[in-house]
Amino acid sequence: MNVAKGTWVEIESVVLKPEERAPGLPEDTAKTPYVLRLSGFLTEEAEIGQEVAVKSLIGRTHRGVLRAVNPSYDHSFGATVPELLHIGLREG
Amino acid sequence: MRDTSYAAVLSRKNEVMKASLGIDYDTYVSSPVAFDYERMMAETGYSLDDIARIQAETKVGNTPLYELTRLTEAVRSTAAPGKGARILVKDEAANASGSFKARRASISAYEAKKRGYEGVIAATSGNYGAGVASQAAMRDLKCIILQEVFDSRGVGQPEIVEKSRACEAYGAEVQRLSVGPELFFILLKTLEETGFFNASLYTPFGIRGVETLGVEIARQVRERYRRDPDAVVVTHAGGGNLTGTARGLLAEGCTGTRVVACSVDLAGLHMASDRDFNRKSFTTGHTGFGVPFATWPDRVDVPRNAARSLRYMDEYQLVSQGEVFYVTELMTKLEGLERGPAGNTSLTAAVTLARQMERDQVVVVQETEYTGAGKHHNRQLSFARENGIEVRVGDPAENVPGKTIVLPASLEMVRGRVQDMDKLRRSYLKNAAKLYPAEKWSDADVAFLAADVKKDAAWVRRAAEDLA
Repeated sequence: MNVAKGTWVEIESVVLKPEERAPGLPEDTAKTPYVLRLSGFLTEEAEIGQEVAVKSLIGRTHRGVLRAVNPSYDHSFGATVPELLHIGLREG
Repeated sequence: MRDTSYAAVLSRKNEVMKASLGIDYDTYVSSPVAFDYERMMAETGYSLDDIARIQAETKVGNTPLYELTRLTEAVRSTAAPGKGARILVKDEAANASGSFKARRASISAYEAKKRGYEGVIAATSGNYGAGVASQAAMRDLKCIILQEVFDSRGVGQPEIVEKSRACEAYGAEVQRLSVGPELFFILLKTLEETGFFNASLYTPFGIRGVETLGVEIARQVRERYRRDPDAVVVTHAGGGNLTGTARGLLAEGCTGTRVVACSVDLAGLHMASDRDFNRKSFTTGHTGFGVPFATWPDRVDVPRNAARSLRYMDEYQLVSQGEVFYVTELMTKLEGLERGPAGNTSLTAAVTLARQMERDQVVVVQETEYTGAGKHHNRQLSFARENGIEVRVGDPAENVPGKTIVLPASLEMVRGRVQDMDKLRRSYLKNAAKLYPAEKWSDADVAFLAADVKKDAAWVRRAAEDLA
């Protein structure tokens, strides 16, 4: 699927490979790459998975792999935790 | 072309800092362990009146101070006769961007604009990012926020995801990064690339901006209760909130007010661990920052930290994650105020303190923060469950960070616990001695260190002998 120029997208890039990372990291972190995700407006038509450039909200250009089109925030209030509901009630 | 490898960028740290802040820290430094702190703070060039005026321009300050009458009654019902201080809360969620961090960002943004910078940058996963982005928007500055957001599975901490959203909402470029301390490397690299102002949390501008919070508390309590606040409780992480608030209280002459730090106990969880990252239900205000920053403030993104918490701290309380969630829910139901976890950390300690204090005394919780999707305590608890953490009701003493969150079965069970202040002070001196051996400390060094741990020179000398 072609994504049109100007579309709001998310890119991902590896900033540091595991061997380039800071010294002294815990083992679990040290074996993972240091990864950046950023949203911006696509500068040229492209496809998901391609190396692309985007312009951020303040107009700076960043390069990375196109990973999402029209990225959105879906964080929520979560599944109800019933234990909370009893707090502060006059029960008995 | 300039070398942008990790080591090369870090080696240019001092020149980047000088260019991005306009502060030459070398002029304040007198030895490896001492510097002229008060002169550094004074040379920001702003009086407290200037700061209040600048903040009023951008929707910061003059927040309400509420008495939590129903919560106070509830605490009194669990206290000995005659005990149970009034609990007040400073509703800092009323600042633009929804937290006290707007105070901290406001002077940096003003300074950046005044000195002709095109934009500001901050590396922060917390409310501070939204504070900087919001202040930058009002000052017509570009803004870049660097955040540690997600683990190697790509799963974001919901509270930080909400901060990403807020920063973008205010028009900032948000760089969302995986787990790791290399955020500092990205900060240096981005400061070099852009020439923007470094709106670090730990500059004198940031800390001086918080002083108005202490001033307002002193004035509001005196006007309404005809007394100084007996205790002010501060959620403690990097130390800026405590330092700025205490300096403001002192500027108003509140020399008898106890300044109490409070952090959520996350002992055992590693702050740079990819696996532990999403096993924390608090992203700040916890011991993973609070203890290391108290015992060595100069571990930050500027050469000398303007936030020096042990200099102003009288007590340090620890609370568990479950206790904070319980008190957050209780405040919502009893007081009709739905607020986020950061401020409610100190509210939890205030419950314990109020129970021990006299009825005519006043304890002030000096901040609230906004809450909502991602930040809400229900989301933090449901996220904990999704990550294999046990959540149950019982005795909060059974909390195990990263494994079990226990919501107290009743208000009586909200107890907190006190940290040994002298142990923290000795730990600070040990860190100083690692940098510069104690036998080389001059009288001027000892005087600085004594002020930095709120003790006298003789105490520091004795403690130094014990270290040896």
